[in-house]
Amino acid sequence: MSTAPSIEHDTSHGQHADEHYRGGIMYWLTTTNHKDIGTMYMTFALIMFFIGGAMILAVRAELFQPGLQLMQPEFFNQLIGVHALVMIFAALMPAATGFANWQIPLMIGAPDMALPRINNWGFWLLPPAAILLTLPFILALFGIGDGAVNTGWTLYAPLSVQGGMGVDFAIFSIHILGISSILGSINIIVTIFNLRAPGMTMMKLPLFAWGWLITAFLLIATIPVLAGAVTMLLTDRHFGTSFFNAAGGGDPILFQHLFWFFGHPEVYILLLPIWGLIPHVVSTFSRKPIYGYKAQVYSFIAIGLLSVVVWAHHFFTAGLPVAALLYFMYSTMLISLPLAVLFFCWIATMWRGAMSFETPMLFAQGFIVLFGLAGLTGLVLADVAADAQYHHSYFVVAHFHYALFAGGIMGVMTGVYYWLPKWTGHMFSETLGKWHFWLTVISFNLTFMPQFFLGLAGMPRRIPDYALQFVEFNAISTVGAFILGFSQLIFAYNIWKCVKGGKKATAKVWEGTDGLEWDLSSPPPHHSWEVQPVIK
Amino acid sequence: MKILRRFRLWVGVFFTGLLAVVIPSLARADYSWNFPTPVTPIARDTLEIHNHFMIVITVLFVVVFGIMIYSMFKHRKSTGHQPATFTGPTGTIQWVWALVPFAILLFIDYVLMGIPAYHAVIDMEDTRTKADMVLKVTGMQWKWQYEYPDSGIKYLSTMSTPRDQIANKETKGEHYLLEVDNEVVLPVGKKVRVLLTSTDVIHTWWVPQFGVKRDAIPGFLRETWVKIEQPGIYRGQCAELCGKDHGFMPVVVRAVPEAEYLAWVDEKKTQLAAAAAGADKSWSRDELMAAGKDVYEKQCAVCHQPEGQGLAPVFPALAGSKIVTGPLLSPEGKLLKDSHVDRVLNGKEGTAMQAFKTTLTDSELAAVITFERNSFGNNKGDLIQPAQIKSLR
Repeated sequence: MSTAPSIEHDTSHGQHADEHYRGGIMYWLTTTNHKDIGTMYMTFALIMFFIGGAMILAVRAELFQPGLQLMQPEFFNQLIGVHALVMIFAALMPAATGFANWQIPLMIGAPDMALPRINNWGFWLLPPAAILLTLPFILALFGIGDGAVNTGWTLYAPLSVQGGMGVDFAIFSIHILGISSILGSINIIVTIFNLRAPGMTMMKLPLFAWGWLITAFLLIATIPVLAGAVTMLLTDRHFGTSFFNAAGGGDPILFQHLFWFFGHPEVYILLLPIWGLIPHVVSTFSRKPIYGYKAQVYSFIAIGLLSVVVWAHHFFTAGLPVAALLYFMYSTMLISLPLAVLFFCWIATMWRGAMSFETPMLFAQGFIVLFGLAGLTGLVLADVAADAQYHHSYFVVAHFHYALFAGGIMGVMTGVYYWLPKWTGHMFSETLGKWHFWLTVISFNLTFMPQFFLGLAGMPRRIPDYALQFVEFNAISTVGAFILGFSQLIFAYNIWKCVKGGKKATAKVWEGTDGLEWDLSSPPPHHSWEVQPVIK
Repeated sequence: MKILRRFRLWVGVFFTGLLAVVIPSLARADYSWNFPTPVTPIARDTLEIHNHFMIVITVLFVVVFGIMIYSMFKHRKSTGHQPATFTGPTGTIQWVWALVPFAILLFIDYVLMGIPAYHAVIDMEDTRTKADMVLKVTGMQWKWQYEYPDSGIKYLSTMSTPRDQIANKETKGEHYLLEVDNEVVLPVGKKVRVLLTSTDVIHTWWVPQFGVKRDAIPGFLRETWVKIEQPGIYRGQCAELCGKDHGFMPVVVRAVPEAEYLAWVDEKKTQLAAAAAGADKSWSRDELMAAGKDVYEKQCAVCHQPEGQGLAPVFPALAGSKIVTGPLLSPEGKLLKDSHVDRVLNGKEGTAMQAFKTTLTDSELAAVITFERNSFGNNKGDLIQPAQIKSLR
């Protein structure tokens, strides 16, 4: 994928990039530049990551000891649900979209995203949605309403039919977030299909773009189902319909089917962009080309297809027919194959390379090992019989945090450390990065490893207080969570420092990089590729 | 880098302090690393399957990441290792190497795990073959109702842990949060078909030592089964978020030999018959008030609070409430819509206020209504008799 753009040409653009930047709120409100929008997405994600994290630290503090010390169960129930919604919809997804905005045009040799105004709108829908989601907390302080959504992020009917106005706020917030995601997805698909550099066939597309392409299709396929489900919930709540009410001919389990038809692909929506970026990082720091490019592309496609036909494994205990149980069990197990292909390729990329262990590589390897645990525990969760014991317990909580923190968030951190010098033109502090990595990995395991054992011992999820046999592991988990939470301040500080200044980054940034984005200066010129490179 | 050195020092101090506090307390604690001791055939199977799986995935983990870690040490730049350039399998041997792991994985998925899982699922879902008796479990916010259709027994089971223990005002008891007023009693060695439903939201009935967990869904019946092999008391709790007191909805099962079980059935029947007989006599005001206080504390105080002050804004206050202090019945003795009696008997749809006529007896209903009308500063001075409730059902 080597190209020969004129470096001089790019440098001159790098200088006059400053002329485009006017600053001020109107600039950011109206910008249509993919890099500006990417920056806004990433900043928004980082802020929401800390807000969602603060919520769960309050929860962990309450769970430090048995008994109710800090909060009443009503408030506890609000925190757990909003934590999940914030982390998934307002931290992880915007971070992934931020990557897409920054990187896809650079990596495929395009001047910008294909639909810049839609891009702007897609971002600016997010802050109102986040406000809608969290506003009920503040309203409750003034005695209006009963707080935020208190049903957990899954919004299961009929609990959500019974809930207060926080549920309505959440429904509208989900609608807006959904519109934003769909706009972002359309933009990414159109960009990838139309703006690739001449000569870049689909089978030369960087894996990161491939991962995002599958994510975008999954979003377009599943977000409308979620939007439909929450709209049905809204009409059940206020307009007398009975979609989820047996007394009116409905079925509460229908909600679970609809929710998880979106919810399971959502896991891969969050993870596919990460699976796309990991091979780039591993290859860079192994100084060796990506192993099994085609195999990885086909695995992405296979996972995308499988992800929409396995949803019911999220409610095996709801009493499905035997045939459905067996089907969903075996189809879920099938996902382990394409996933194993990815692991195989990541490790084979390292094999016989010349590895060095800068911060992005550390995070990538931490990701691979810990996400491996998520995959393996996911495999046993697929077993219907054993699932009866794991389900609704802390075992599941631990499992999906290995998938979404170690897999999702640490994947995002990998990408941030990998591309930050390209974006800012400065190197970050390697020392702080390493501190951040080791503190994160150790405290992450300290937080979530005990939760596997809590689940096995029989502690259900989402309880504000627990029996005395669960005391020790909960105390350890809380200590871990606080270290984990506060370690992230290092991350924020390191980014801040890197934006402000630091050692100048070269165009290549890392020794072993390969790909179009490394041919542009760091930071890249305002319009990225004004002349499209030609891929031979 | 002075800041960094200081930072490192503080981290060191923090971790040392932490270890000094945590390690002694951890050393004392007794841990449970696995499922609790199984007492049903399903739980035994599940534990066995789970243990197998854990071995399999541990081996997979160690082998796969062992290879990766070997590579991380062997193929590093600092040792001068020169990178290879291959991007895929080349030649037959490499293809075999690349494909064998997937063959192994397929074998693990569909043979090693898939076959035992198939049998376990079939076994778990077979609730009817040779079932000896039926137990009907109804989840409601936030208690369980147990019904023995064969013997006509039906009663509520609520958590008996005092609220003061939860608020840390009292020392927590041994079975903190996992104790109830009326436990389920089941005979050992009998296959019990458990039918589940709910009156409000979804609950999940779970006793870890039984290895079964099943959702109780409003408007539908779900089923599972247990065959308890050893006498004892088994504790579990609701496992699906069901609102405010989701964490305070324990399940306690006492498994006893059959003879003891039959004796318990007889005793329970006599008790319930006595309570039913109470509905026909005329109760004095003091009797109603005393019984009403009891019922109120068990059933109502969770939401409406011990002093009837409610929990704004979801759970309304009863003290001074328009509904509670409104008229009791119509002049002809008929039920008034949206009156106090109507609310207690029929509940309010779309809220946590449930129809208590399905769970409480005539005397309990009469008592609690009388109590609410004459407590917390409400001073209606009227009363309602169990016989009147009976006629209003």
